[in-house]
Amino acid sequence: MSDGKLKAENPGETTFARLLRKSAQSYGDKKAALRVKSLGIWQETSWKEYYEKVELYSMGLLSLGIGKGDSVAIISNNQPSSLYALIGAEVAGGIPVALHKDSTTAEVSALLIQFNVKYVIAEDQEQADKILDSKLTPATLKKIVYCNPRGMRSYKDERLLSVEQLCLLGAELKEREPETFDKLVSGGDGNDIAIICTTSGSSGPQRGALLTHGSIIGMAANFSECAGMRATDEFVSFLPLAWFGELMISVAAALYTGFTVNFPESPDTVMADLREIGPHIIFAPPQIWEEIASTVQVKMMESTPFKRFMYNSFMPIGESFAANRLAHKPVSLFLSLKYRIAHIALMRALRDRLGLSRARVALTGGSALGSDAFRFFHAMGVSLRQVYGLTEISGVSFMHRNDDIKGATVGLPLPGTELSFSAEGEILLKSDGIFKGYYEDEAATAKALKDGWLHTGDAGSLDADGHLTVIDRLENIIRMSDGSLLAPQAIESKLKFSPYISEALLVGANRPCLVVLVCLSGRVMGKWAGDNKISYSTYSDLVSKPEVYDLISQELAKANRELPENARISRFTLLYKELDPDDDEMTRTGKVRRQVVEKRYSEIIEALYSEAESLEIDTEIDLQEGRSARIQSRILFRNL
Amino acid sequence: MTQLSCSDIQLNFGGVRALSGVSFEVRQGEIFAIIGPNGAGKSSMLNCISGVYTPQNGRIVFEGTDITSLQPYNRSKMGIARSFQNIALFKGMTVIDNLMIGRHLHQHAGLVQGGFYLGPARNEEIRHRKFVEEIIEFLSIQGIRKKVVGTLPYGYQKRVELARALALEPKILLLDEPMAGMNHEETEDMARFIVETNSERGITVIMIEHDMGVVMDISDSVCVLDFGRKIASGPPEEIQKDPHVIKAYLGEEDI
Repeated sequence: MSDGKLKAENPGETTFARLLRKSAQSYGDKKAALRVKSLGIWQETSWKEYYEKVELYSMGLLSLGIGKGDSVAIISNNQPSSLYALIGAEVAGGIPVALHKDSTTAEVSALLIQFNVKYVIAEDQEQADKILDSKLTPATLKKIVYCNPRGMRSYKDERLLSVEQLCLLGAELKEREPETFDKLVSGGDGNDIAIICTTSGSSGPQRGALLTHGSIIGMAANFSECAGMRATDEFVSFLPLAWFGELMISVAAALYTGFTVNFPESPDTVMADLREIGPHIIFAPPQIWEEIASTVQVKMMESTPFKRFMYNSFMPIGESFAANRLAHKPVSLFLSLKYRIAHIALMRALRDRLGLSRARVALTGGSALGSDAFRFFHAMGVSLRQVYGLTEISGVSFMHRNDDIKGATVGLPLPGTELSFSAEGEILLKSDGIFKGYYEDEAATAKALKDGWLHTGDAGSLDADGHLTVIDRLENIIRMSDGSLLAPQAIESKLKFSPYISEALLVGANRPCLVVLVCLSGRVMGKWAGDNKISYSTYSDLVSKPEVYDLISQELAKANRELPENARISRFTLLYKELDPDDDEMTRTGKVRRQVVEKRYSEIIEALYSEAESLEIDTEIDLQEGRSARIQSRILFRNL
Repeated sequence: MTQLSCSDIQLNFGGVRALSGVSFEVRQGEIFAIIGPNGAGKSSMLNCISGVYTPQNGRIVFEGTDITSLQPYNRSKMGIARSFQNIALFKGMTVIDNLMIGRHLHQHAGLVQGGFYLGPARNEEIRHRKFVEEIIEFLSIQGIRKKVVGTLPYGYQKRVELARALALEPKILLLDEPMAGMNHEETEDMARFIVETNSERGITVIMIEHDMGVVMDISDSVCVLDFGRKIASGPPEEIQKDPHVIKAYLGEEDI
């Protein structure tokens, strides 16, 4: 459908490169496609330059001998060169795959082998080292292109070349064969595989979903129209390209709609750069939104008494205004008036600080955002909308439309998306965005794709207005010993809204009551400890203090009061370390790997269900760069 | 090629002899470490090179010029920059402003031009700001460029101090305990920046450092002082085995 419709409307424009060529022809040098901050100044790249860059990268790869279907891995921070490499590789016949730049050496080499990677575009020395250091570098690997030459001078590996050399090779080939690139772009087919997109792997190994140009662009067309994106919009790319949501917006939707993609100067400057740009479009997973919400709360704790007074007086007005709006209840004239004042006195300034002044298309997706955080942004006047989709269906299937926003749902289906439920209540989806299968994994493909229906693994239900509610991952739903069912996600999100709590893992399967393992935010707790004059040495030392347990007891008790009787937490403990993707406890996108965590801390969980008051811990944990530390600590168990 | 040579340096404070007869040569483009126990005279030695102290005896020759009694600002002009053991930045000013002051030596606009921000002064300012921005990028301190220095964590202040020294466009950089008081991660970052300053920008580095791991890792040659005297010098591998050095650091076993 969407692909066909698109063909009828825009004949031939069904690959990324063709969309880019069209924009390059119509906008030329007049409009900025990309903007990057360099030496403190925003530098623009026009659509024409964008296209020319892609040509150089593509010809360079051809000159290196790239063949049809060769995998090209991109491991880099957000920067234009990643987009040039991505589209360039596609035109040259390769299939790009983006990897998380903070992946460990072992993870990188495993993925390179899994996807038979032949070419790598690496950002800098750090990333190149991950490939060169690995003892398991795949035999298929032919070339490693690095973008930043710093520190690379003394490297002698024959497979290395700089991005300048790549472009030089590209320019030489272009000189000899000026027509080739254009022909390749014209010859591109919407049914070609555009990308291998790694799945998050929250419950099992990471897989590579194969997606075609047609399905991604078809989805991008529907998505950008439903979301109301415009060619004059600004977008800031600060999330990893390995997350499909980022690829969807910064590549597919940007090429389709023609808005400008901005790249922050460095990961440290994202907040400042967001404020400078004031993007119209923001699409981020819940972890980011939760982090922003908790940052606001923390900053308010540190702020001056006057600012705190303003915040505490006006935020509740916003909250009740938002609560009414989200519940589709009428808002009284008096409340409206108060909200007006709150907007002038607080919300306007707050949104500006967060770079959300102009945020018109604010979207969250990837997993569920807690209702408190959701309401928080609506209170501020940011019309945050939920998006539901999976990588396997080109990212987007359901989303809230303009004013039709409900806190608990993910909204209505995109045009062309069909929905069904299995007997167990699993959400089944069908649309033209459906993937072609997992890379060299037919068994997994057959499991996910039956009779053209994508089995999402999520449990869900449909309400009277046709809104879909996603309850949780099917496998995560807890069946307690009395037979009652419980979705941990909603409860955990509620706990995580406390600025002190960074992660919460609910346990209760086949048990009489619910217990929770809590991880605290080191940053916030450090500040709290300072304010309360509690001395501590390390994170594990701090979280073993009785005072900290008292604080978290209060926070959890507060949450318990808002939870239904059967969903209340009876006992908790604080983990002696924060969950970390490097320890496999989380995915690179920040989702907790429940099975891994439950297994690793099973001793603690068992003790939580016993009568014990505390547990002595003596264990080794891995720190960065292969160092490890011994942790000897006493963790407490508290009843609520 | 020898870039800096100190011969027979003697420095007295009243009756206290801080340095006696210290001689060494620093080659162009190397990382040269001065180590020694507390009170050995390391900082005094660095102060003699940068011109804070004038030795009573001996000669310091930099690129063929005798600088023994030259004023500190004249030495900066010749390309000698330094950082301090205790951070010496303008705490109430932003990082950018601190670094721009580092460029002062290279600015030529006079009172009138600068005061009214006339064309040439403006162009000059832009040129220097660009240079400063390059250093900011080099040391990855983009996130703090507009922050007031006094509000920054210690590790960042040390990095800003290195940045300001680099803003001088030095030929030789004197670092007095660049890693002092840093945690493991900050130390690693700093070591990397020093190595890159040396390899990417080609600047000779003379540094005093107590962290032996770092010294042995990154320096090309090491000079050991004890009670104002040089007791050993050479490549780090040799220094580690030198009996005098072991004695100075660990003491001697009573027989």
